[in-house]
Amino acid sequence: MEAGTTLKRRTFLAAAGSLGLLACKHQSADPMPPGQLLGPNLKLGHHLRDRKPLPTATETRRVGALVVGAGMAGLSCGWWLQRHGEENFTILELEDEAGGNARSGRNRVSAYPWGAHYLPIPGEDATEVRLLLAELGALRGDPAAPKPKYEERYLCNSPQERLYINGRWQEGLLPQFGVSTAEQTQQQRFIAQVSGLKAERGINGARRFTIPSARGSTIPADEARISMRDWLLANGYTAPSLHWWVNYGCRDDFGTDYTQTSAWAGLHYFAGRHGEAANAEPDEVLTWPEGNAWITQRMAQQLGSRLQTRALVWHIEELANGLAVDTYLPREQRSVRYLADRLVWAGQLGFLPHIWPGLPTDWRSAISQISYAPWIVANLTLPQQPSEPSGQHAPLSWDNVFYQAQGLGYVHARHQDISLDTHATVISYYRPLSEYRPATARSALQQQPREFWGRQILADLGRVHPEIASECLQLDVWRWGHAMVRPTPALMSGNALPVLRKPSKRVILAHSDLSGFSLAEEANYWGVHAARWLLDKPGRKA
Amino acid sequence: MPHILLFSVFVVAACGLAYELVAAALSSYLIGDSVTQFSTVIGVYLFAMGVGSWLSRHVHNNLAATFIRVELGVGLIGGFSAAMLFWAFAWISGPFLLVLYLLVFVIGTMVGLEIPLVMRLLEPKLQFKELVSQVLSVDYLGALAVSLLFPLWLAPKLGMVRTALLFGLLNAAVALWTLWLFRTELNQRKLLWAQGGIVLLLLAGGFAGAERLSSVAENALYEDHIVLTESTPYQRIVLTRWKDDWRLFLNNNLQFSSRDEYRYHEALVHPGLAAMPWARRVLVLGGGDGMAVREILKYPYVQQVTLVELDPAMPLLFQTHPALRKLNGDALNASRLRIVTTDAFKWLQETEERFDFVVVDFPDPSNYAVGKLYTNSFYRLLERSLNVRGRAVIQTTSPLYARQSYWTVVNTVESVGLHTQPYHTLVPSFGEWGYVLVGREPYTPPTTLPTGLRFLTPTTVSHLFDFPADMARVPTDINRLNNQVLVRTFEQEWKRVQR
Repeated sequence: MEAGTTLKRRTFLAAAGSLGLLACKHQSADPMPPGQLLGPNLKLGHHLRDRKPLPTATETRRVGALVVGAGMAGLSCGWWLQRHGEENFTILELEDEAGGNARSGRNRVSAYPWGAHYLPIPGEDATEVRLLLAELGALRGDPAAPKPKYEERYLCNSPQERLYINGRWQEGLLPQFGVSTAEQTQQQRFIAQVSGLKAERGINGARRFTIPSARGSTIPADEARISMRDWLLANGYTAPSLHWWVNYGCRDDFGTDYTQTSAWAGLHYFAGRHGEAANAEPDEVLTWPEGNAWITQRMAQQLGSRLQTRALVWHIEELANGLAVDTYLPREQRSVRYLADRLVWAGQLGFLPHIWPGLPTDWRSAISQISYAPWIVANLTLPQQPSEPSGQHAPLSWDNVFYQAQGLGYVHARHQDISLDTHATVISYYRPLSEYRPATARSALQQQPREFWGRQILADLGRVHPEIASECLQLDVWRWGHAMVRPTPALMSGNALPVLRKPSKRVILAHSDLSGFSLAEEANYWGVHAARWLLDKPGRKA
Repeated sequence: MPHILLFSVFVVAACGLAYELVAAALSSYLIGDSVTQFSTVIGVYLFAMGVGSWLSRHVHNNLAATFIRVELGVGLIGGFSAAMLFWAFAWISGPFLLVLYLLVFVIGTMVGLEIPLVMRLLEPKLQFKELVSQVLSVDYLGALAVSLLFPLWLAPKLGMVRTALLFGLLNAAVALWTLWLFRTELNQRKLLWAQGGIVLLLLAGGFAGAERLSSVAENALYEDHIVLTESTPYQRIVLTRWKDDWRLFLNNNLQFSSRDEYRYHEALVHPGLAAMPWARRVLVLGGGDGMAVREILKYPYVQQVTLVELDPAMPLLFQTHPALRKLNGDALNASRLRIVTTDAFKWLQETEERFDFVVVDFPDPSNYAVGKLYTNSFYRLLERSLNVRGRAVIQTTSPLYARQSYWTVVNTVESVGLHTQPYHTLVPSFGEWGYVLVGREPYTPPTTLPTGLRFLTPTTVSHLFDFPADMARVPTDINRLNNQVLVRTFEQEWKRVQR
């Protein structure tokens, strides 16, 4: 496995080195299906990084609270404020659309996700997520019930998961087919150990691992300090299939290889989910063709004009009686100055040092501890379900994973479709560039054309679906340079996260970055947390 | 000369057995039941040989000429026997067995004449004990040769039609050889040469054209057998005809046999609909063959029938094909019928219409896509589509072969708060078949039925609801979109049946 990784890395670097060459020289015989290379608004974003001059503000707008960022955290903040009758706020979003990582696309065939695409059924600690789902009609009855009922059209339909291993598909993702009994014994021991951790409670009576993680007992330093791989080895787990499975989990949820993932985060992946339902198994998930955009779009809609998209916050300044937030509106090609009593920063924390000269020094140094994982997501439009060798042991499922592959596999966007119509469909392919240093991968992301990624994706999928390259009608690629925070041992065991979670006098941070890993529930928690902070302050002008 | 005649005994014996094997193999191939076919064909053949041997006493003069004519006759009839049987099967839908046994009898009789005649031809040249021992041993030797060659080489390489023709040619060759041997002793030599020449030519021509001959015959067989195949985006439709039995297969699963579909469709519609004299608006989900609609149209007071079918090719086929229009009583062209070609789940989700009676006639839940149409989410929509006193009937696989599956459907329907009335009946081509009537209020069976039913009577209706011990209710899970337990159960249960 180690040799394989090195080889892949070398190939990748060689390819990345000859950037331009690859772009104009189409060596492959297979024609590349048409499509687009998409991504967050790099041009605007890099304005900040490169400190390019932007026009000074020509208008001043006063607002009680300003929320910057309309991903899951910012939207949750606005949702909570509205629920509590607070209307004196504005949310600013850099992109054309709200949603952040939960963005989605749609073509004539189907809606499809560009990022976060499911939500595990929430546990009792995720009170606000349950409430939100109840408001949106995905949770039926009492959201505080130990086992609420979920709308079954949104519970992931069966068959849920399959894994391509040793030349065939098996049901479920835990490697079984062709795996020795010795390895399976280790797998079972691991599962037993993490389900023990799942039940464990800390000194304050809270669960040690739960979602949102801030409602759990404090992070124990021992597990946080080592990598997930080292934790496995220290606990006597050597089975390659188990290592693959655990690494798959880390890459899937954190975009980070398990050699660089804090064991605390790795264990959280397996032990943190406590959702139960009256009409689903505990490990089930809610999902929609457009992924979590189903949630964020509804939240954004409720916010109405309180949400301002295409607004680039480029300068923050603390004044005596509030905050000045200079915002560039590219549609109007001018800047406006928001004067706010208080500020909720619900964007990625990595932006802050570039736009806030007066950023408190403890925050500044804590933010320097944060690194982000780059990802590739592709949506492939196909004339029918992907063809595969006949006589398979598991039919096309929601999540289709290849054992020991570059990518994480693909999700069938039309899986939740109730119709029998098996015409054209869309599959969403996910790949964290976790085998490279983030900076290396990011520069490749910035420079390589769609064809470069397209060829890698088709090659990865082609191992199992040999016809995919010729079948594919459209191949759109989304590049996420800073997809999600990486829960490295340094970040999870250091002092950075506790520092960032403490609000300053007028500013509070609200982002899943504060948890160290990017989950919708974590973002929701921090958004609501910030809203509570806004609502609790007695001196507010609202 | 004796040796040459003995060699023709060998050939003649071989030919005789060859025709017998061809007839037996062909009939068991076409009709099935090989034990019966082989033993009846052999029996008739041996009996006919006895008849032929007995008839040989009536041959007094012209032994050689008679032998030659018999050989030519056997060669001609035996040679074309396989082709004739194919044609008889393919084009005359009636008395195949009559043709078979007649042919076997004629050939057997003529073959039965051969050996006695040869023995008498040899009689002046050999001692009786030599004669008997040599002729009979060569006879059996010929039989052995063919019985080994037939399964190993002839049947697989040449096929039935050409094998028969090959032996026909051998018979004719023996006839001509004999004619040449006895050329000095025979009258009417020219006529015999001419007859022999014609037979030989016919057989040779048949053999040369056998490729076409047998393909014409076999194609005729299958063209009539498979009437139509159509691959649509949704399924593969195959329609077959077996004499008066029309069968529809969707993705290789039998949907109906015209011999007993009336049992299935009468039991599907009438127990529910006959008990609802107030029914005006009826919905059929699936059932693009129009058979269920045919039954519904037997109620004059039903004002509108809506058929929702996914595959437009299905109603189109059953609206236009003459034989199929006859089968469904032209129901799909009825003025009271409205056809919607769309996905039933989607349509039900979007429609605001309410119905008095709904017939749910989907394919069995053999895959996850169809399995969605058997979930509680679907039955919730079904419940919503019913009028206050509305009722629905669901075709529900076999409570005998797939007992767990059957009761899973019943329990799933009940889980959305509907009353159920499970019932079942025997449909020979399917086996014991199950249905479930559902509604908001308990069900009372009808006391009268429409006229013109072939299967149901009010008394038989009341017996449909009784479940014997081997089909009795069992506890099951609820089938939901997120577990699809039914598809798994169904697959396991039918695998067990087919084993």
